[in-house]
Amino acid sequence: MFYRENGQFKATYRADEQMLPILQDRVFMFAVIAFAFLAMPFLATDYLFLSILIPFLILTLAAIGLNLLVGYCGQISIGHAAFMGVGAYAAYNLVLRLPQLNFLVVLVLAGLIAAAVGMLFGIPSLRIKGLYLAVATLAAQFFIDWTFARVKWFTNYASSGSVSTVPIELFGWKVQSPSDKYLFLLAVLVVFTLVAKNLVRGHLGRAWMATRDMDVAAEVIGIRPVYAKLTAFGVSSFYCGMAGALYGFVYLGSWEPAAFNLTLSLKLLFMIIIGGMGSILGAYFGAAFITVLPILLNQIPLWLGLSLSTATASHMESMIFGALIVVFLILEPHGLAKLWSIGKEKLRLWPFPH
Amino acid sequence: MKRHLPVILLCAVLTAGLFTPLVTGASSPGFWVEVLLGGLMAGVLYSLVALGLVLIFKASGVFNFAQGAMVLFAALAVARLSEKMPMWAAVLIAIGIMVLFAMVVERLVLRPLVNQEPIALLMATLGVSYFLDGFGQTLWGGDIYKIEFGISKDPVMILESLFQGGILVNKDDMAAALVAIALVALLALFFQKTATGRALRAVADDHQAAQSIGIPLNRIWVIVWSVAGIVALVAGMVWGGKLGVQFSLAEVALKALPVVILGGFESVPGAIIGGLIIGVGEKMAEVFFGPVLVKTFDLAGGGIENWFAYVLALAFLLVRPEGLFGERRIDRV
Repeated sequence: MFYRENGQFKATYRADEQMLPILQDRVFMFAVIAFAFLAMPFLATDYLFLSILIPFLILTLAAIGLNLLVGYCGQISIGHAAFMGVGAYAAYNLVLRLPQLNFLVVLVLAGLIAAAVGMLFGIPSLRIKGLYLAVATLAAQFFIDWTFARVKWFTNYASSGSVSTVPIELFGWKVQSPSDKYLFLLAVLVVFTLVAKNLVRGHLGRAWMATRDMDVAAEVIGIRPVYAKLTAFGVSSFYCGMAGALYGFVYLGSWEPAAFNLTLSLKLLFMIIIGGMGSILGAYFGAAFITVLPILLNQIPLWLGLSLSTATASHMESMIFGALIVVFLILEPHGLAKLWSIGKEKLRLWPFPH
Repeated sequence: MKRHLPVILLCAVLTAGLFTPLVTGASSPGFWVEVLLGGLMAGVLYSLVALGLVLIFKASGVFNFAQGAMVLFAALAVARLSEKMPMWAAVLIAIGIMVLFAMVVERLVLRPLVNQEPIALLMATLGVSYFLDGFGQTLWGGDIYKIEFGISKDPVMILESLFQGGILVNKDDMAAALVAIALVALLALFFQKTATGRALRAVADDHQAAQSIGIPLNRIWVIVWSVAGIVALVAGMVWGGKLGVQFSLAEVALKALPVVILGGFESVPGAIIGGLIIGVGEKMAEVFFGPVLVKTFDLAGGGIENWFAYVLALAFLLVRPEGLFGERRIDRV
């Protein structure tokens, strides 16, 4: 009744090409963004900020990055947490060695360094694909993990191997309280979501998708596979590098090399499978799901008056993750994002389905 | 010849690396042989896990990420069951559980996902792996358990006349190697001599042709996952007996991935030889190359065996994507 595009005519190409072609979508999106920026800082408690919203925003950024590679370009990676690690350590060293740099510059530089490393480890994708590539990215994961644990320069010769950071300062604004951190992350995420959304609509995204759908055909219509795959690795690692830097500086504060291990890589992969491969919105859904599920699993038994040990809860968590992955792959390979669009389709006809 | 040149070069470098410590006198011959044996032992275990991977890949084209979780699950089952009953009964029940698991996986995961692309199947097995990790630890407990075979763990000296100071060998390591050899022989017999084995090979060769002459694919999958489960059980018991049954088993089992890359996805001998190469390679690298690396770059400790296997596999991938013994496939990438 409320959600239909009757009477909204597109008279120009510009109108036809816009990101949210339906008025209701635009209104909804602006309402969500306005709510997130204006209302949320006053409504949410510190607990909500620190244990749900902040990790959610950061992981969304990383999931968008991984989705660009896996969902849009079709190249699997089980080593993206390592690129997050590269970003985190790059940011740490930049802040340590060039303290006069603005953190935004540090963030972009960290992303670029991660992109360079990602492209380096993406080179095997030019010769191999599928399962083989999975092992190649696994090599990146273990090698990078080891490098940060062993090469002392990266951790500034810290004896324990863990590093700690100072709070961020942007043009005199100290990003220290939970709501400040939230606003900062939200701003970064909104900007880079827009960038990603436009990238995948543009010629780069089309090149990626063509490579994903059929690489030989893509080459025939003039897409260079080297270019498509390496840019996908680069952009995706750029996103993950930034997410890693934020994860380290804003969320963790201090961390050790194990923070960016294989488990995190697999979690990112789960996010995009559950959220929806090849969908930016899916990254949001997936990250929200993966962030909230463990907390719910800890809370639900409490509400029911049962006491579950933390070990059992974490085992249950991995069981549920595993089962969900299989269920999603069988029932809805395009994840929560697809469910969302099915819901929207239904809503267009509601309440008169004929 | 030209095609083989990079592989030969790579193998030559590896062999040179293997013998360098001996030639330069960085280690005594006795110690070198000990490291070699230790590497071979680890290699046997990698081979066992890789064997399960290869069996499943051959028969169903699924790259089974859950093999490590299966190893852990089977080992946990044996460890916990053997606390309450004699070992043989525990093993029998564990075999039953693995067969049941194979049926469930076939029914709930493989059948609905038939004809999907390999990546989707890989991710599905990733899900199975997570599920099995959680399920196993919920069911059996998440602590460290022991599997006792009644073989003494005391090292024995052998070849004292040949090397100065002799070579220390663990009895349970020897037993493990024997078990592995026996398992491989049994599998070879099964594949070559029985009707089921022949059907499995037919499916591995060509799914459609096999189906058209009346081989039931679904049952074959159950059988092959059961066999892989039993192989996982043996691997888990051998490994659990050595290291104790704990969660890290599943992670060590990840090393089977580089092993099958090295040996070739479709090749059983490849899995075994690949496992041995990786096992020896990483032990040698850790013991002899690690300290050099630490000294040169002033690192905070060695531990290069964490990545050596993967990087070695990566090197092989670049020069020979089909592995040492895999089927050569012409594929545009």
